[in-house]
Amino acid sequence: MRETGDAADGPLQALERELHELAGGSGDAGAGGRIEELRSEIRQLRQDMFQRMTAYDKVRLARHPDRPYFLDYVDAIFDEFEEWHGDRNFADDPAIVAGFAFYKQRPVCLVGQQKGRDTKQRKFRNFGMPHPEGYRKALRIMKLAEKFSRPVLTFIDTPGAYHGMGPEERGQAEAIAFNLREMAALRVPIVATVIGEGGSGGALAIGVADRVNMLQFSIYSVIAPESCSAILWRDQEHAAEAAEALKLTPEDLQRFDLIDEIVAEPDGGAHHSPDTMAETLASILDAQLLELDALPVDELLSGRYRKFRRMGEFGE
Amino acid sequence: MAWFKRETKSIDVGEEKKTIPEGLWQKCEECKAPVWRQEIEENDHVCPKCGHHYTVGAMERLDSLFDGDWEELDGALRATDPLRFVAAKSYSDTLDRIGGGPGPREAVVCGAGRIGGFEAVVAAMEYGFIGGSMGSVVGEKITRAVERAVERRAALVIVSCSGGARMQEGVLSLMQMAKVSAALARLDREKLPYISVLTHPTTGGVLASFAMLGDLNIAEPGALIGFAGPRVIEQTIRQKLPDGFQRSEFLRDHGMVDAIVERKEMKPYLVRALKFFLG
Ligand SMILES: [Zn+2]
Repeated sequence: MRETGDAADGPLQALERELHELAGGSGDAGAGGRIEELRSEIRQLRQDMFQRMTAYDKVRLARHPDRPYFLDYVDAIFDEFEEWHGDRNFADDPAIVAGFAFYKQRPVCLVGQQKGRDTKQRKFRNFGMPHPEGYRKALRIMKLAEKFSRPVLTFIDTPGAYHGMGPEERGQAEAIAFNLREMAALRVPIVATVIGEGGSGGALAIGVADRVNMLQFSIYSVIAPESCSAILWRDQEHAAEAAEALKLTPEDLQRFDLIDEIVAEPDGGAHHSPDTMAETLASILDAQLLELDALPVDELLSGRYRKFRRMGEFGE
Repeated sequence: MAWFKRETKSIDVGEEKKTIPEGLWQKCEECKAPVWRQEIEENDHVCPKCGHHYTVGAMERLDSLFDGDWEELDGALRATDPLRFVAAKSYSDTLDRIGGGPGPREAVVCGAGRIGGFEAVVAAMEYGFIGGSMGSVVGEKITRAVERAVERRAALVIVSCSGGARMQEGVLSLMQMAKVSAALARLDREKLPYISVLTHPTTGGVLASFAMLGDLNIAEPGALIGFAGPRVIEQTIRQKLPDGFQRSEFLRDHGMVDAIVERKEMKPYLVRALKFFLG
């Protein structure tokens, strides 16, 4: 299942290798100029490439196995994170991680889907596809945030809620639905950020928020392009066309007024410079929390209602 | 999950080997017995032989639940193909074709009236309109129905019948799940009753939003009710699903629906529930 979002950047990698060798090499007198040249060539090439990226290229980049995951952002942005397990009902779901941490000495609630980095981890995290107990745990921890007046930050990165027998037996649909309703009424600020894949209802179930952000190379979709292709074309071969048709990039969502902010990624994508990515995201979260802090709870809630209330395009 | 099958073949009706045109008869899709079409229709679209519940159109459903006259709400809302969605077929062509047909102009019809004397707002989904899928119009109409119930302090009933979110409106459809659920949070806070009626089939984003959020979730017998479609699950787990998986009875046994109610009992059942809550 390894996705290669970098499939298109053969020439880029060659330049990067050369740069790496030159920069790491001995103090060759002529190297300085060449390094600068290479850097600017790389920048240019990356810009050209991202201009030419199709929607499906962006889907693959959003799924890139080297992209920073939720716990990478937790490490980079927050202090003293404590993970809290379980839905107090059935099980702990490793596909969703939830707990509290400090952000600049301030306690915050963190909830996010977590994909695994290697084969063993991917299996443990079920590829970031939660079971109902994951959504119920997420809500349990968000209710703690409400009880103690702490803001909630969620991080969305899932292909979707898991499709299996257990999830159906234990009410996958109910768990998602209940989160949608309860998050709409949660009496503390919520900021949601799509950091990779925003896969349908399984993503939205932690995505009802006062501010919704998408990283520049993340996606948010009602259905995976591959599944859409299977249903509408009756084969898997049209995933790229489906990706185009579904309008799932941050720019598309912003055009339909569905998200607040597109968070710029470093050249080449978040995985090329995770620290820069984390810094950019942190500064946006910081500003949004400040804004939301200033609102009385009733205004916060009516603002959240209006935000989702106006979503949709129709004629009358 | 067929739209009503209109086969042209004839049916063998017994010893005389006489065949009668399919128009008057049909083979029950459940028990396979030949049944008069009219007999099914007059029996609330339930097979008189085996009790199989056939899909009912939204208008007929509303007629069957309200006491008498009811007023349609927001009937003028139309889908606009905001994504200019083109797959194997274009969405706007599909909309034009179905919109020109005899049925409702969207996958939900909402009405206001009385049920057992109680003021009620009812939204009934129309499977014949793109599989009852929820796009912006469905989300908006149901949200307005919820808001209307809050304004009028009326009871809310939603009869679901849907394959889920409408792909052709992309993430706009997805967000309708949040929009309707947020409205239901307000209804809940106002202590007004919401009864969700689940009919065959109710799946995907409709189930994972308003259909599972009733104060009571009531299912018709034998309905397919699930988050993921059975074929998708079979592909994922690479095994066949047991009989009855994701049927109404399975959901009741797993604690997800309060009761299974036959169609002819549905109205008296709703009236009794409203008496419990409001009487
Ligand atoms: Zn039958």
